[in-house]
Amino acid sequence: MDPIEIRLPHTIQRPKATPNYGPRTHTTRPIVTGTSVIAFKYKDGIMMAADCLASYGSLARFRNEKRLMAVGETTLLGVSGDMSDFQHMQHTLESILTQEYDMDDGQKLGTKSVYKCISNIMYNRRTKVDPLWNSYVIGGLDNGEKILGYVDLYGTTYQSATIATGFGGHLAQPILRRRVEGREDELSEEEAVQILDECMRVLFYRDARSLNKLRRAKVTAQGVEISEPYMLETNWSFAESITGYGS
Amino acid sequence: MFRNNYDNDASTWSPQGRIFQVEYASEAVKQGSAVVGLKSKEHVVLVAVKRSPNELASYQKKIVRIDDHMGIAMAGLTSDARVLSNYLRSEAMRSKMIYGRALPVGRAVNAIGDKAQTNTQEYGRRPYGVGLLVIGQDDTGPHLYEFSPSGIVSEYYAYSIGARSQSARTNLERNYEKFEDMSLQELVVHGLRALRDTLQQGKQLDTLNTSIGFVGKDTKMTILDGENTQAYLDLLDEGEAMETE
Repeated sequence: MDPIEIRLPHTIQRPKATPNYGPRTHTTRPIVTGTSVIAFKYKDGIMMAADCLASYGSLARFRNEKRLMAVGETTLLGVSGDMSDFQHMQHTLESILTQEYDMDDGQKLGTKSVYKCISNIMYNRRTKVDPLWNSYVIGGLDNGEKILGYVDLYGTTYQSATIATGFGGHLAQPILRRRVEGREDELSEEEAVQILDECMRVLFYRDARSLNKLRRAKVTAQGVEISEPYMLETNWSFAESITGYGS
Repeated sequence: MFRNNYDNDASTWSPQGRIFQVEYASEAVKQGSAVVGLKSKEHVVLVAVKRSPNELASYQKKIVRIDDHMGIAMAGLTSDARVLSNYLRSEAMRSKMIYGRALPVGRAVNAIGDKAQTNTQEYGRRPYGVGLLVIGQDDTGPHLYEFSPSGIVSEYYAYSIGARSQSARTNLERNYEKFEDMSLQELVVHGLRALRDTLQQGKQLDTLNTSIGFVGKDTKMTILDGENTQAYLDLLDEGEAMETE
Protein backbone atom coordinates (compact mmCIF):
# COMPACT_ATOMS: atom_id res chain seq x y z
CA MET A 1 0.00 0.00 0.00
CA ASP A 2 1.25 3.44 -0.84
CA PRO A 3 1.93 5.81 2.06
CA ILE A 4 -0.63 8.57 2.37
CA GLU A 5 0.67 11.75 0.90
CA ILE A 6 -0.40 15.05 2.43
CA ARG A 7 -0.01 18.08 0.25
CA LEU A 8 -0.34 21.57 1.62
CA PRO A 9 -2.15 24.13 -0.49
CA HIS A 10 0.37 26.41 -2.14
CA THR A 11 -1.08 29.41 -0.29
CA ILE A 12 -0.09 28.08 3.15
CA GLN A 13 3.44 29.01 4.05
CA ARG A 14 5.42 28.29 7.16
CA PRO A 15 5.86 31.46 9.26
CA LYS A 16 9.44 32.56 9.04
CA ALA A 17 11.45 34.90 11.25
CA THR A 18 13.08 37.68 9.26
CA PRO A 19 14.45 41.01 10.46
CA ASN A 20 11.09 42.67 9.67
CA TYR A 21 8.74 39.82 10.44
CA GLY A 22 8.19 37.34 13.22
CA PRO A 23 9.79 36.93 16.61
CA ARG A 24 13.11 38.50 17.50
CA THR A 25 15.74 35.82 17.10
CA HIS A 26 19.10 37.58 17.28
CA THR A 27 19.36 37.10 21.03
CA THR A 28 18.51 33.41 20.99
CA ARG A 29 22.06 32.14 20.66
CA PRO A 30 25.49 33.27 21.77
CA ILE A 31 27.78 34.65 19.04
CA VAL A 32 31.17 35.66 20.42
CA THR A 33 31.86 33.49 23.43
CA GLY A 34 34.32 33.03 26.25
CA THR A 35 35.00 29.58 27.68
CA SER A 36 35.52 28.32 31.26
CA VAL A 37 36.04 30.33 34.41
CA ILE A 38 37.41 28.56 37.46
CA ALA A 39 37.42 29.87 41.01
CA PHE A 40 37.84 28.64 44.55
CA LYS A 41 38.30 29.77 48.12
CA TYR A 42 41.74 29.70 49.72
CA LYS A 43 43.28 30.90 52.96
CA ASP A 44 43.37 34.63 52.19
CA GLY A 45 40.22 34.89 50.06
CA ILE A 46 39.18 33.93 46.54
CA MET A 47 41.21 32.90 43.48
CA MET A 48 39.83 33.00 39.97
CA ALA A 49 41.17 32.44 36.46
CA ALA A 50 39.96 32.75 32.88
CA ASP A 51 41.76 32.84 29.54
CA CYS A 52 41.88 35.82 27.19
CA LEU A 53 40.00 34.31 24.27
CA ALA A 54 36.66 35.35 22.81
CA SER A 55 35.74 32.82 20.11
CA TYR A 56 33.53 33.45 17.10
CA GLY A 57 32.10 29.96 16.76
CA SER A 58 35.19 27.77 16.52
CA LEU A 59 37.34 30.66 15.27
CA ALA A 60 39.74 32.09 17.85
CA ARG A 61 38.62 35.61 16.90
CA PHE A 62 39.60 37.95 19.79
CA ARG A 63 42.68 36.85 21.67
CA ASN A 64 43.15 39.66 24.16
CA GLU A 65 39.81 39.95 25.97
CA LYS A 66 39.40 40.56 29.69
CA ARG A 67 36.89 38.15 31.20
CA LEU A 68 37.58 39.00 34.83
CA MET A 69 36.50 42.30 36.32
CA ALA A 70 36.37 43.99 39.69
CA VAL A 71 32.95 45.13 40.93
CA GLY A 72 33.60 47.72 43.61
CA GLU A 73 36.47 47.20 46.01
CA THR A 74 35.95 43.68 47.30
CA THR A 75 34.22 41.75 44.54
CA LEU A 76 35.51 39.85 41.55
CA LEU A 77 33.38 38.83 38.59
CA GLY A 78 34.31 36.15 36.05
CA VAL A 79 32.28 35.48 32.92
CA SER A 80 31.83 32.78 30.34
CA GLY A 81 29.36 32.79 27.47
CA ASP A 82 28.33 35.64 25.19
CA MET A 83 30.74 38.55 25.36
CA SER A 84 28.29 41.22 24.20
CA ASP A 85 25.87 40.20 26.94
CA PHE A 86 28.80 40.52 29.33
CA GLN A 87 29.43 44.04 28.05
CA HIS A 88 25.77 44.82 28.73
CA MET A 89 26.22 43.52 32.28
CA GLN A 90 29.38 45.61 32.66
CA HIS A 91 27.48 48.76 31.73
CA THR A 92 24.66 47.93 34.12
CA LEU A 93 27.07 47.30 36.99
CA GLU A 94 29.06 50.43 36.23
CA SER A 95 25.94 52.58 36.40
CA ILE A 96 24.93 50.96 39.71
CA LEU A 97 28.42 51.60 41.11
CA THR A 98 28.29 55.20 39.91
CA GLN A 99 24.99 55.71 41.72
CA GLU A 100 26.50 54.23 44.88
CA TYR A 101 29.54 56.51 44.56
CA ASP A 102 27.31 59.54 44.10
CA MET A 103 25.50 58.74 47.34
CA ASP A 104 28.80 59.57 49.02
CA ASP A 105 27.74 58.18 52.39
CA GLY A 106 30.48 55.64 53.01
CA GLN A 107 28.17 52.67 52.41
CA LYS A 108 29.79 50.03 50.23
CA LEU A 109 28.06 47.52 47.99
CA GLY A 110 29.34 44.21 49.40
CA THR A 111 29.89 40.93 47.57
CA LYS A 112 26.58 39.47 48.80
CA SER A 113 24.71 42.48 47.43
CA VAL A 114 26.51 42.32 44.07
CA TYR A 115 25.78 38.59 43.85
CA LYS A 116 22.10 39.08 44.66
CA CYS A 117 21.84 41.95 42.19
CA ILE A 118 23.43 40.01 39.31
CA SER A 119 21.28 36.97 40.15
CA ASN A 120 18.18 39.15 39.97
CA ILE A 121 19.23 40.61 36.62
CA MET A 122 19.83 37.11 35.21
CA TYR A 123 16.54 35.68 36.49
CA ASN A 124 14.65 38.75 35.31
CA ARG A 125 16.01 38.32 31.79
CA ARG A 126 15.27 34.60 31.62
CA THR A 127 11.72 35.42 32.76
CA LYS A 128 11.40 37.68 29.70
CA VAL A 129 12.64 34.69 27.64
CA ASP A 130 15.52 36.92 26.57
CA PRO A 131 18.34 35.66 28.75
CA LEU A 132 21.82 37.06 29.03
CA TRP A 133 23.74 34.08 27.64
CA ASN A 134 26.34 33.87 30.39
CA SER A 135 27.54 31.97 33.40
CA TYR A 136 28.89 34.30 36.05
CA VAL A 137 31.18 33.53 38.94
CA ILE A 138 31.09 36.12 41.72
CA GLY A 139 33.70 35.99 44.46
CA GLY A 140 34.80 38.29 47.22
CA LEU A 141 35.08 39.13 50.86
CA ASP A 142 31.98 40.51 52.58
CA ASN A 143 32.89 41.81 56.04
CA GLY A 144 35.74 39.28 56.15
CA GLU A 145 33.51 36.39 55.05
CA LYS A 146 34.53 34.52 51.89
CA ILE A 147 31.72 34.47 49.34
CA LEU A 148 31.85 32.47 46.11
CA GLY A 149 28.73 32.09 44.01
CA TYR A 150 27.52 31.12 40.56
CA VAL A 151 24.64 32.31 38.42
CA ASP A 152 23.75 31.36 34.86
CA LEU A 153 21.39 32.29 32.05
CA TYR A 154 18.49 30.41 33.72
CA GLY A 155 18.95 32.40 36.90
CA THR A 156 20.16 29.25 38.65
CA THR A 157 22.36 30.10 41.62
CA TYR A 158 24.52 28.19 44.07
CA GLN A 159 27.41 28.91 46.38
CA SER A 160 30.34 26.58 46.81
CA ALA A 161 34.00 26.46 47.84
CA THR A 162 34.94 25.58 44.26
CA ILE A 163 33.22 26.69 41.06
CA ALA A 164 33.98 25.99 37.42
CA THR A 165 31.85 27.06 34.45
CA GLY A 166 31.47 25.55 30.99
CA PHE A 167 34.04 22.91 30.03
CA GLY A 168 35.75 23.57 33.34
CA GLY A 169 32.73 21.98 35.02
CA HIS A 170 33.77 18.68 33.46
CA LEU A 171 37.55 18.96 33.47
CA ALA A 172 38.56 21.32 36.30
CA GLN A 173 35.87 20.70 38.90
CA PRO A 174 37.07 17.15 39.76
CA ILE A 175 40.59 18.49 40.29
CA LEU A 176 39.29 21.32 42.48
CA ARG A 177 37.13 18.89 44.49
CA ARG A 178 40.17 16.74 45.17
CA ARG A 179 42.63 19.50 45.96
CA VAL A 180 40.58 22.31 47.49
CA GLU A 181 37.42 21.08 49.18
CA GLY A 182 37.76 20.90 52.96
CA ARG A 183 41.04 22.83 52.82
CA GLU A 184 39.67 26.30 51.96
CA ASP A 185 41.05 27.83 55.14
CA GLU A 186 44.57 26.35 54.95
CA LEU A 187 45.50 26.59 51.26
CA SER A 188 48.43 28.97 50.83
CA GLU A 189 48.54 31.45 47.98
CA GLU A 190 51.43 29.54 46.32
CA GLU A 191 49.49 26.28 46.37
CA ALA A 192 46.34 28.03 45.19
CA VAL A 193 48.20 29.46 42.19
CA GLN A 194 49.62 26.02 41.46
CA ILE A 195 46.15 24.43 41.52
CA LEU A 196 44.76 27.20 39.33
CA ASP A 197 47.54 26.71 36.75
CA GLU A 198 47.10 22.96 36.77
CA CYS A 199 43.38 23.32 36.04
CA MET A 200 43.96 25.88 33.30
CA ARG A 201 46.65 23.69 31.73
CA VAL A 202 44.30 20.67 31.60
CA LEU A 203 41.65 22.93 30.07
CA PHE A 204 44.07 24.23 27.46
CA TYR A 205 45.06 20.69 26.50
CA ARG A 206 41.51 19.45 26.08
CA ASP A 207 39.18 22.43 25.47
CA ALA A 208 39.38 23.43 21.81
CA ARG A 209 37.88 26.88 22.56
CA SER A 210 40.59 27.81 25.05
CA LEU A 211 43.82 29.77 24.78
CA ASN A 212 47.23 29.49 26.38
CA LYS A 213 47.07 33.10 27.51
CA LEU A 214 45.20 33.74 30.70
CA ARG A 215 44.66 36.02 33.65
CA ARG A 216 44.56 35.12 37.28
CA ALA A 217 42.81 37.20 39.93
CA LYS A 218 42.42 37.19 43.65
CA VAL A 219 40.38 38.96 46.29
CA THR A 220 42.02 39.35 49.68
CA ALA A 221 41.66 41.75 52.57
CA GLN A 222 43.87 44.07 50.47
CA GLY A 223 41.24 44.21 47.73
CA VAL A 224 40.95 42.90 44.19
CA GLU A 225 44.01 42.12 42.10
CA ILE A 226 43.81 41.00 38.46
CA SER A 227 47.09 39.85 36.89
CA GLU A 228 48.46 40.73 33.49
CA PRO A 229 48.07 37.97 30.87
CA TYR A 230 50.60 35.14 31.16
CA MET A 231 51.35 31.83 29.41
CA LEU A 232 51.52 28.29 30.78
CA GLU A 233 54.26 25.78 29.97
CA THR A 234 52.89 22.94 27.86
CA ASN A 235 54.46 19.83 26.38
CA TRP A 236 53.04 18.51 23.12
CA SER A 237 55.69 15.86 22.40
CA PHE A 238 53.12 13.11 22.94
CA ALA A 239 51.25 14.45 19.95
CA GLU A 240 53.69 12.86 17.48
CA SER A 241 52.56 9.37 18.42
CA ILE A 242 48.92 10.16 17.86
CA THR A 243 47.54 9.25 14.47
CA GLY A 244 43.94 9.42 13.29
CA TYR A 245 41.33 10.12 15.91
CA GLY A 246 42.99 8.21 18.72
CA SER A 247 41.42 5.21 20.52
CA MET B 1 -7.97 94.20 55.13
CA PHE B 2 -4.51 93.01 56.09
CA ARG B 3 -4.79 89.55 54.65
CA ASN B 4 -1.49 87.85 53.90
CA ASN B 5 -1.26 87.62 50.10
CA TYR B 6 1.79 85.40 50.01
CA ASP B 7 0.56 82.29 51.77
CA ASN B 8 -1.84 80.87 49.22
CA ASP B 9 0.52 78.19 48.01
CA ALA B 10 3.98 76.82 48.60
CA SER B 11 5.35 78.12 45.32
CA THR B 12 4.93 81.83 46.14
CA TRP B 13 7.64 83.82 47.91
CA SER B 14 6.87 86.68 50.23
CA PRO B 15 8.81 89.93 49.55
CA GLN B 16 10.73 89.22 52.77
CA GLY B 17 12.01 85.98 51.25
CA ARG B 18 9.78 83.58 53.14
CA ILE B 19 7.53 80.75 52.02
CA PHE B 20 4.59 80.90 54.39
CA GLN B 21 3.09 77.53 53.49
CA VAL B 22 6.30 75.85 54.58
CA GLU B 23 6.33 77.80 57.82
CA TYR B 24 2.71 76.84 58.51
CA ALA B 25 3.58 73.19 57.90
CA SER B 26 6.41 73.49 60.41
CA GLU B 27 3.87 74.88 62.88
CA ALA B 28 1.74 71.77 62.37
CA VAL B 29 4.66 69.72 63.67
CA LYS B 30 4.67 71.78 66.86
CA GLN B 31 0.96 70.99 67.40
CA GLY B 32 1.63 67.25 67.63
CA SER B 33 2.56 65.64 70.92
CA ALA B 34 6.29 65.41 71.58
CA VAL B 35 8.68 62.65 70.60
CA VAL B 36 12.25 62.26 71.81
CA GLY B 37 15.10 60.37 70.16
CA LEU B 38 18.57 59.65 71.48
CA LYS B 39 21.42 57.26 70.77
CA SER B 40 24.44 55.58 72.27
CA LYS B 41 27.29 53.77 70.54
CA GLU B 42 25.19 50.63 70.21
CA HIS B 43 21.54 51.60 70.34
CA VAL B 44 19.13 54.29 69.30
CA VAL B 45 15.86 54.95 71.08
CA LEU B 46 12.57 56.75 70.46
CA VAL B 47 10.09 57.66 73.17
CA ALA B 48 6.78 59.37 72.51
CA VAL B 49 3.74 60.52 74.37
CA LYS B 50 0.48 59.51 72.72
CA ARG B 51 -2.73 61.54 72.75
CA SER B 52 -6.33 60.47 72.55
CA PRO B 53 -8.92 62.89 71.15
CA ASN B 54 -11.38 62.10 73.97
CA GLU B 55 -11.91 59.73 76.84
CA LEU B 56 -13.77 57.17 74.73
CA ALA B 57 -11.15 57.04 71.98
CA SER B 58 -7.97 55.01 71.80
CA TYR B 59 -4.52 56.62 71.81
CA GLN B 60 -3.05 57.67 68.46
CA LYS B 61 -0.07 55.57 67.39
CA LYS B 62 3.21 57.54 67.38
CA ILE B 63 5.95 55.03 66.54
CA VAL B 64 5.93 52.88 63.42
CA ARG B 65 8.22 50.03 62.45
CA ILE B 66 9.64 50.40 58.93
CA ASP B 67 11.83 47.30 58.86
CA ASP B 68 13.86 45.15 61.24
CA HIS B 69 16.52 47.85 61.30
CA MET B 70 14.47 51.04 61.10
CA GLY B 71 11.57 52.87 62.73
CA ILE B 72 9.99 56.32 62.85
CA ALA B 73 8.20 58.50 65.35
CA MET B 74 5.87 61.23 64.16
CA ALA B 75 4.63 64.63 65.31
CA GLY B 76 1.99 66.49 63.34
CA LEU B 77 -0.47 65.21 60.74
CA THR B 78 -0.57 61.48 61.33
CA SER B 79 -2.14 60.82 57.95
CA ASP B 80 0.85 62.38 56.17
CA ALA B 81 3.15 60.22 58.25
CA ARG B 82 1.25 57.18 57.03
CA VAL B 83 2.02 58.10 53.42
CA LEU B 84 5.70 58.56 54.25
CA SER B 85 5.96 55.35 56.25
CA ASN B 86 4.32 53.36 53.45
CA TYR B 87 6.91 54.80 51.08
CA LEU B 88 9.77 54.01 53.45
CA ARG B 89 8.50 50.46 53.92
CA SER B 90 8.40 49.81 50.19
CA GLU B 91 11.87 51.32 49.73
CA ALA B 92 13.22 49.14 52.53
CA MET B 93 11.65 46.10 50.92
CA ARG B 94 13.05 47.01 47.52
CA SER B 95 16.54 47.27 48.94
CA LYS B 96 16.16 43.84 50.55
CA MET B 97 14.82 42.25 47.39
CA ILE B 98 17.34 43.65 44.93
CA TYR B 99 20.52 43.88 46.96
CA GLY B 100 19.77 41.67 49.97
CA ARG B 101 20.81 44.59 52.09
CA ALA B 102 19.08 46.64 54.76
CA LEU B 103 18.31 50.11 53.35
CA PRO B 104 20.94 52.55 54.68
CA VAL B 105 19.12 54.92 57.07
CA GLY B 106 20.59 58.13 55.66
CA ARG B 107 19.46 57.26 52.16
CA ALA B 108 15.96 56.45 53.38
CA VAL B 109 15.58 59.80 55.13
CA ASN B 110 17.07 61.74 52.24
CA ALA B 111 14.61 60.00 49.91
CA ILE B 112 11.60 61.32 51.86
CA GLY B 113 13.43 64.64 52.29
CA ASP B 114 13.54 64.96 48.50
CA LYS B 115 9.83 64.13 48.28
CA ALA B 116 9.04 66.83 50.84
CA GLN B 117 11.19 69.38 49.03
CA THR B 118 9.43 68.67 45.72
CA ASN B 119 6.14 69.49 47.45
CA THR B 120 7.47 72.94 48.32
CA GLN B 121 8.53 73.73 44.77
CA GLU B 122 5.77 72.50 42.47
CA TYR B 123 2.54 74.38 41.94
CA GLY B 124 -0.62 72.69 43.16
CA ARG B 125 1.04 70.70 45.92
CA ARG B 126 1.25 71.23 49.66
CA PRO B 127 4.04 70.46 52.12
CA TYR B 128 3.72 67.45 54.40
CA GLY B 129 2.33 68.52 57.77
CA VAL B 130 4.42 66.12 59.76
CA GLY B 131 7.87 65.94 61.28
CA LEU B 132 9.59 62.62 61.85
CA LEU B 133 12.37 61.28 63.97
CA VAL B 134 13.86 58.33 62.10
CA ILE B 135 16.02 55.79 63.91
CA GLY B 136 17.90 52.92 62.36
CA GLN B 137 20.92 50.69 62.35
CA ASP B 138 23.09 50.09 59.28
CA ASP B 139 26.69 49.23 58.35
CA THR B 140 27.85 52.58 59.75
CA GLY B 141 26.18 52.12 63.15
CA PRO B 142 23.06 53.48 64.84
CA HIS B 143 21.54 56.71 63.50
CA LEU B 144 19.00 59.31 64.54
CA TYR B 145 17.62 61.67 61.90
CA GLU B 146 15.06 64.43 61.88
CA PHE B 147 12.84 64.90 58.87
CA SER B 148 10.88 68.14 58.56
CA PRO B 149 8.20 69.39 56.11
CA SER B 150 10.66 71.86 54.55
CA GLY B 151 12.67 68.93 53.24
CA ILE B 152 15.53 69.59 55.64
CA VAL B 153 17.07 66.41 56.99
CA SER B 154 19.57 66.50 59.85
CA GLU B 155 21.35 63.90 61.93
CA TYR B 156 21.53 64.15 65.74
CA TYR B 157 22.96 62.54 68.86
CA ALA B 158 19.67 63.36 70.56
CA TYR B 159 16.69 65.43 69.52
CA SER B 160 13.06 66.14 70.15
CA ILE B 161 10.18 67.49 68.06
CA GLY B 162 6.52 68.26 68.79
CA ALA B 163 4.61 70.27 71.37
CA ARG B 164 6.76 71.85 74.09
CA SER B 165 9.74 69.90 72.75
CA GLN B 166 12.10 72.77 73.66
CA SER B 167 12.01 71.57 77.29
CA ALA B 168 13.10 68.11 76.20
CA ARG B 169 15.86 69.55 74.02
CA THR B 170 17.17 71.58 76.95
CA ASN B 171 17.34 68.39 78.99
CA LEU B 172 19.10 66.55 76.15
CA GLU B 173 21.60 69.35 75.58
CA ARG B 174 22.60 69.11 79.25
CA ASN B 175 23.06 65.32 79.13
CA TYR B 176 23.90 64.16 75.59
CA GLU B 177 27.61 63.65 76.28
CA LYS B 178 26.72 60.89 78.74
CA PHE B 179 24.55 59.00 76.26
CA GLU B 180 27.39 57.55 74.20
CA ASP B 181 28.33 54.83 76.71
CA MET B 182 24.85 54.15 78.09
CA SER B 183 23.07 50.81 78.07
CA LEU B 184 19.79 50.48 76.20
CA GLN B 185 17.85 50.60 79.47
CA GLU B 186 19.55 53.77 80.70
CA LEU B 187 18.98 55.34 77.32
CA VAL B 188 15.24 54.63 77.44
CA VAL B 189 14.94 55.99 80.96
CA HIS B 190 16.82 59.14 79.98
CA GLY B 191 14.56 59.53 76.97
CA LEU B 192 11.48 59.26 79.19
CA ARG B 193 12.93 61.83 81.56
CA ALA B 194 13.36 64.30 78.69
CA LEU B 195 9.91 63.41 77.36
CA ARG B 196 8.33 64.07 80.76
CA ASP B 197 9.61 67.64 80.60
CA THR B 198 7.31 68.29 77.65
CA LEU B 199 4.12 67.35 79.53
CA GLN B 200 1.57 69.93 80.59
CA GLN B 201 1.10 70.70 84.27
CA GLY B 202 -0.74 67.86 85.98
CA LYS B 203 -0.09 65.31 83.22
CA GLN B 204 1.85 62.09 83.85
CA LEU B 205 3.56 59.45 81.76
CA ASP B 206 1.64 56.18 82.16
CA THR B 207 1.25 52.88 80.39
CA LEU B 208 -1.59 54.27 78.27
CA ASN B 209 0.15 57.28 76.80
CA THR B 210 3.79 56.15 76.62
CA SER B 211 5.34 54.54 73.57
CA ILE B 212 8.93 53.27 73.37
CA GLY B 213 10.88 52.14 70.31
CA PHE B 214 14.47 51.03 69.94
CA VAL B 215 16.91 49.31 67.59
CA GLY B 216 20.57 48.35 67.74
CA LYS B 217 23.26 46.17 66.21
CA ASP B 218 21.92 42.94 67.72
CA THR B 219 18.45 44.28 68.55
CA LYS B 220 15.73 44.30 65.92
CA MET B 221 13.41 47.29 65.77
CA THR B 222 11.07 46.89 68.74
CA ILE B 223 8.07 48.96 69.81
CA LEU B 224 6.75 48.81 73.35
CA ASP B 225 3.28 50.02 74.28
CA GLY B 226 0.83 49.60 77.12
CA GLU B 227 1.82 47.24 79.94
CA ASN B 228 5.23 46.61 78.35
CA THR B 229 6.30 50.16 79.19
CA GLN B 230 5.58 49.71 82.91
CA ALA B 231 9.06 48.36 83.70
CA TYR B 232 10.69 51.47 82.23
CA LEU B 233 8.23 53.84 83.91
CA ASP B 234 9.07 52.15 87.22
CA LEU B 235 12.77 52.73 86.58
CA LEU B 236 12.00 56.36 85.89
CA ASP B 237 10.31 56.73 89.29
CA GLU B 238 13.10 54.77 90.99
CA GLY B 239 15.73 57.14 89.62
CA GLU B 240 13.62 60.02 90.87
CA ALA B 241 13.45 58.57 94.39
CA MET B 242 17.24 58.15 94.42
CA GLU B 243 17.83 61.73 93.35
CA THR B 244 15.67 63.18 96.11
CA GLU B 245 17.26 61.01 98.83
